[in-house]
Amino acid sequence: MAAVWIPPQLRYLTRGAERATVPGDTLRAVIDALDAAYPGLRDRLCEADEIRGHISIVVDGDVTQRGLTQPVRPDSEVQIIPAIAGG
Amino acid sequence: MSERVQIQATINGEPVQFLAEPRQSLLEALRDELGMTGAKEGCGNGNCGACNVILDGRLVDSCIVLAAEVEGRLLTTIEGIAQGNHLHPLQQAFLEEAALQCGVCTPGFIVAAKALLDRTPHPTEDQVRHWLAGNLCRCTGYDKIVRAVLRASESTEANA
Amino acid sequence: MVLETEKKQKKYKVIGTRPIRPDGLDKVTGRARFGADIDLPGMLHGAILRSPHAHAHIVRIDTSKAAALPGVKAVVTNADFPHVPAEELSLGEGAVNLVHLRQNVLAEDKVLYHGHAVAAVAATSAHIATEALRLIDVTYELLEPVLDVRDAMKQGSPILHADLRTRDMGKDGDIPSNIASHLHFELGDADHAFGEADVVIEREFTTRMVHQGYIEPHNATVSWDEDDHLTIWMSTQGAFNVRDQMARLLRLPVHNVRVVPMEIGGGFGGKISVYLPPVGAILSHKTGRPVKLVMNRTEVLEATGPTSGSYIKLKMGATKDGRLIAARGELAYEAGAFPGSPVGAGCMTMLGPYDIANATIDGYDVVVNKPRVAAYRAPGAPISAFACESVVDELAEQLGIDPLQFRLQNASKEGTRQLRGTTFPPIGNVAMIKAALASDHYNAPLEGPNRGRGVANGFWFNAGMQSSLNASVNGDGTVSLIEGNTDIGGTRASIAMQLAETLGIPMEAVRPTVVDTDSVGYNAVTGGSRITFASGWAAYECGMDIRRLMCARAAAIWDLGEDDVEYVDGVIRARKDAAKKFTFAELAGRINSTGAPIIGNASVSPQTVGGAFALHIADVEVDPETGKVQVLRYTAFQDPGTAIHPAYVEGQMQGGASQGIGWALNEEYYYNADGTLANASFLDYRMPTTLDLPMIDAVMVETPNPGHPYGVRGVGEVPIVPPLATIANAVYRATGVRFRDLPISPRRVLKETQGLE
Repeated sequence: MAAVWIPPQLRYLTRGAERATVPGDTLRAVIDALDAAYPGLRDRLCEADEIRGHISIVVDGDVTQRGLTQPVRPDSEVQIIPAIAGG
Repeated sequence: MSERVQIQATINGEPVQFLAEPRQSLLEALRDELGMTGAKEGCGNGNCGACNVILDGRLVDSCIVLAAEVEGRLLTTIEGIAQGNHLHPLQQAFLEEAALQCGVCTPGFIVAAKALLDRTPHPTEDQVRHWLAGNLCRCTGYDKIVRAVLRASESTEANA
Repeated sequence: MVLETEKKQKKYKVIGTRPIRPDGLDKVTGRARFGADIDLPGMLHGAILRSPHAHAHIVRIDTSKAAALPGVKAVVTNADFPHVPAEELSLGEGAVNLVHLRQNVLAEDKVLYHGHAVAAVAATSAHIATEALRLIDVTYELLEPVLDVRDAMKQGSPILHADLRTRDMGKDGDIPSNIASHLHFELGDADHAFGEADVVIEREFTTRMVHQGYIEPHNATVSWDEDDHLTIWMSTQGAFNVRDQMARLLRLPVHNVRVVPMEIGGGFGGKISVYLPPVGAILSHKTGRPVKLVMNRTEVLEATGPTSGSYIKLKMGATKDGRLIAARGELAYEAGAFPGSPVGAGCMTMLGPYDIANATIDGYDVVVNKPRVAAYRAPGAPISAFACESVVDELAEQLGIDPLQFRLQNASKEGTRQLRGTTFPPIGNVAMIKAALASDHYNAPLEGPNRGRGVANGFWFNAGMQSSLNASVNGDGTVSLIEGNTDIGGTRASIAMQLAETLGIPMEAVRPTVVDTDSVGYNAVTGGSRITFASGWAAYECGMDIRRLMCARAAAIWDLGEDDVEYVDGVIRARKDAAKKFTFAELAGRINSTGAPIIGNASVSPQTVGGAFALHIADVEVDPETGKVQVLRYTAFQDPGTAIHPAYVEGQMQGGASQGIGWALNEEYYYNADGTLANASFLDYRMPTTLDLPMIDAVMVETPNPGHPYGVRGVGEVPIVPPLATIANAVYRATGVRFRDLPISPRRVLKETQGLE
């Protein structure tokens, strides 16, 4: 079960929970499972079948370049952060 | 549109005739009329040195010299620093010391350093830094540029 | 003097050497072709009219007189662009709103900063185009400008964009605001931890907008052909990004747009977004001729770049035994005229050098009537590091602990949890601080009045993103490498070296060429310190592809199974028959007589970037008469993972340090009260010269990145993170005054130390 860190601004959807443990071997499955537990979360994270442009999702320390197809392991950590710019 | 005037000068050892508008700078004439694009425009008002050329033995910013002013004079540009296929020791030293990153200020620095070595064959680091203070480089922090000039100054050929 | 504290392992033959870069010759002879060096038959020259006001409605634009000037071929305004929807376009890192992009390129109904483009002309010469600008008549209705980030956040402040709402993790606010977004991060319980702290320090900091300061101004030459194919020659950090921006802005299929990346005279993040190409495109479309646009320096400073000015309030707490336990920060960054400041990265990198378990950080992205900011080398991080490293320095002082020792005992390491929730992979922070503690510089006495020594640490994420390349094996054993990344600081060399290493051939046998967007697969920007990391990784994969193909070919020649052939140190040999072997060049010579050409291909999007740290030490002397701060000695330490070409790693470290020193001491956008920029020239926007800097010692402390085939970490950005605080901390020790407002210019030094105005 992957551990997802819920950012403070989204905790109103998780009844205050800072972390959620959900099944899934891809980011899509993880977010689907999150949304089942906390309806509305997927809409805040995704638009159509993509991660929203202003959000980055980090899996095991690295910002995913693979979007919702990113593989997730049972012991993975997932963070949701604002997208950053580099120069 | 102003009328173009004919200008004769010696550029890198060759007699050259060209036409330019009276309002055109030497830099514009070199780049736009003569196709010599080695000198670069970084600021257009003599602050950065990217357009450095040597005019009658003096280092100048070609962006603040009018093309018409070079009538009858001797000009050395970056295109004339190497002798045929043989790089000038400054050019070789810039390569070996990794003294360039983006490379856009490099022609100006090499021309400026050439003018320095022409009059001061064995400069100290202080002399190099004072002489090159009119050339801006944003990539290197100047460390490797100063080293390259000092290295080239050790070459006897540089002083020929 | 350059120290390499960790010797390269013997396993590499090419990596760690210092060959002459492949593009060097063209750049020392003046032959290299930069964007402004383009000249095409029939080419017209463009010029852009810019707003003299910081904030105004455009009531009317009359272009008739300009259009009538002999030699003028077209005059355009924003109305000449096709309509674009309000959609976001990814630039690889970060995104841009297409409507904002179009309004920045040419103002629509409002000008939002001094220098905002309003109209453009194409004429038969650049001088005529400039003359024509004076004949364009624009009627403005002036509005009150908002120049300071704190003013812009106040209720009742003039609003720049009536439709802008504060976005909070994807949810928009209800009322118009200049705060484009609010970010909020929490780790642990900061409020509780402050209660347990023995020393708590809270300070406020401000910094001004500063410019990337590349020596080459922006340029673009655009040819819009009759069949709607567009070719753009320009200096850009991201040819593919320009292609995609142009296709979306002009509603063209992507394959109708070809971008030819010319050599680029510096970028530092400022040459990713487009300014000139859309204008060139509509001028070319109207005239049927290629149009060249080149900015002058004033335009570059007024209307491109810069990075944010800022306001930061930061509180940090430590226990009396010297443990950092809590932080509470508020960061407000100026975005300029359109949303998009790097405040997020500022928040997330600020505490990176530390193991600090409790932190709450809020970030605000705020629009003001100044140019729209662009990325600048580790965007956002130097600003927040200035605040953090100043407070950390003060905490160490109050606790009576050596500032480097304090940083060491609180240093982040593998497994340390960061503000954004992630934990660090293996990183070199501790090894680097130890190297600094043991260095000659740190242990050398610094004597004399008005002198002081300062240190500061810095962290940057680095980026991976997408890279593609391919390489053909030639009959003589040389290899032609085709890549798509603009080479700003020696990446042709660092990519070619990794291919040569993989193939076991000399670096000189690989010839890299950077090609246009039609000629190689997609490549993200040259930015994020990613090219040597990601394109180097692609070079490795490409090399492995060639090795497989070479082994298969040898197996076919020898009539063996592919598994019976191996590739060792550039030799292809049969595993069980020592007599059967080819050197790389021998087999290359037989490729075309034994089958198909051998071409290696690779496309990658690696994620395991590793993270980068830099620690700087500066000795300064402050002249009490003039207030000028002179840097006497400077040493930069950094973990490059593996330094592929050490000379160019040193170059990045030295260059980043010098930009940071300029930011600390002299550089600032100086605005008049009416919002006009007062110092838009290199004379008045004072970047460091040879006389302002000493030699900068660069010390590479390698902790290889386990997430890269050759251990590479990005190196380009992190060296600009520590200098602001390094200098401020040194000036404090020289003067007894803590400078919390940048730059520490002579004017400010005299004011703070002697009360002189």
